[in-house]
Amino acid sequence: MHIPDLTLPAKLASILGKLPSTPPCWALVTTLNQLKKRDILPVDMSLLAGHSFEVHILDADMRLRFTADDARFSVDSTPSEPDLRLAANLADFARMMLREEDPDTLFFNRKLVIEGDTELGLIVKNLLDSVDWSATPLQRFMAV
Amino acid sequence: MPATRPLPELVCPAGSLPALKAAVDNGADTVYLGLKNDTNARNFAGLNFDDRTAREGIHYAHQHGRKVLLAINTYAQGGDISRWHRAIDEGAALGVDAIILADIGLMKYARDRYPDLRLHMSVQSSATNYEAIKLAQDMFDIRRAVLPRVLTLDQVKQVIDHTNVEIEVFGFGSLCVMVEGRCLLSSYATGESPNSHGVCSPAKFVRWEHGQQALGARLNGILIDEYQQGEPAGYPTLCKGRFEVEGDTYYALEEPTSLNVMSMLPQIIDIGVAAIKVEGRQRSPAYVAQVTRTLREALDAAGRDKQRFAVKPAWTQALSKLAEGQQQTLGAYNRPWK
Repeated sequence: MHIPDLTLPAKLASILGKLPSTPPCWALVTTLNQLKKRDILPVDMSLLAGHSFEVHILDADMRLRFTADDARFSVDSTPSEPDLRLAANLADFARMMLREEDPDTLFFNRKLVIEGDTELGLIVKNLLDSVDWSATPLQRFMAV
Repeated sequence: MPATRPLPELVCPAGSLPALKAAVDNGADTVYLGLKNDTNARNFAGLNFDDRTAREGIHYAHQHGRKVLLAINTYAQGGDISRWHRAIDEGAALGVDAIILADIGLMKYARDRYPDLRLHMSVQSSATNYEAIKLAQDMFDIRRAVLPRVLTLDQVKQVIDHTNVEIEVFGFGSLCVMVEGRCLLSSYATGESPNSHGVCSPAKFVRWEHGQQALGARLNGILIDEYQQGEPAGYPTLCKGRFEVEGDTYYALEEPTSLNVMSMLPQIIDIGVAAIKVEGRQRSPAYVAQVTRTLREALDAAGRDKQRFAVKPAWTQALSKLAEGQQQTLGAYNRPWK
């Protein structure tokens, strides 16, 4: 799969931005918990516990906010500043997730914004890098 | 000069199991990795291998006929050197093909304990001449030395001509000020340095500040660079910062650049380099796959026909996209003056 280089049109973004972010965020959190449960996500929750995260999809103006405790991820509905904020356009997030693009490359090119606790950011980045998708049906979508 | 030299080994980095598999799948001859602690110079949170992933990775590489090297390339620190000894014990138990060491005390430990274990001298040992390499060979029977990135191609040849230790050189990746094994620069800002703690800019000291105009990089509170909108960013290391010197702000030590030796591959083969190393254990599987694939193609092309070898634009494009600072140089290899 090759992600085309596109930015969501502003009109679509303005609609998406008005939609509640809870359903996509719930989907994200559920996926993370499932991956963790099935031992696909090799996460050491003690490194993430007590922290709040925000995935900001810039061109959709959508902010997915979640927290972690010792056991699971959950949707974060508090208004406080997240400990770690990752921001990028949807296509760049997709490239990163499918391993078409290296997050450092996106960062060098200013397409990925990392704000807050840099060490936490590194833990998350290295966690995603260490997922061995070859054990899952998702492998066929991965570039690497 | 012999008519046909064997192709140098392509040695690729792995910070995770998927990166190791990406290296193997894309044509690395050898993969190097580190354990999850300060015994290696990429001691980053969440990076590197534990016992299970190391075992699985080594199995995967060996199954595909490739080699695995374990980097234990920091200097054992006074108070407690047991961690470094344990790392060597673990490497031997895991069945890695060689251990990359910088510290001569650790070379002695490894040699005494594991006489059959192959030892490589790390770039961090800072051995730039054949006498230094010979000393390590005589004392610890090292089989390969990784040269610091400060020598011209002629100087690399000079070393190779005077030793039977295999010589490994860097082929691609981020450059630094290249006083490998002796760099204390980051200690000035954080109290931690790559040789003691295995990382130049520990992430816990790094803060990115997103201002209206610019992205600021702070290391332990010290502003070390500001990137204007659209300007490529680099790693937040002191050596690549821009500093005010007598009223002028510029890269006072080193500009963020990447080494890329692709255009010199025929000469590198000719002088008898044993292995070409790719920097970047901190990078993701996507980087490892792209760099490995590109260099594999280039190296094979140079091996097929050195005379007619030409760098393909697609290779340059693939590598320049991944390069820090988005500029690539031949570094010290191509320095006409002596």
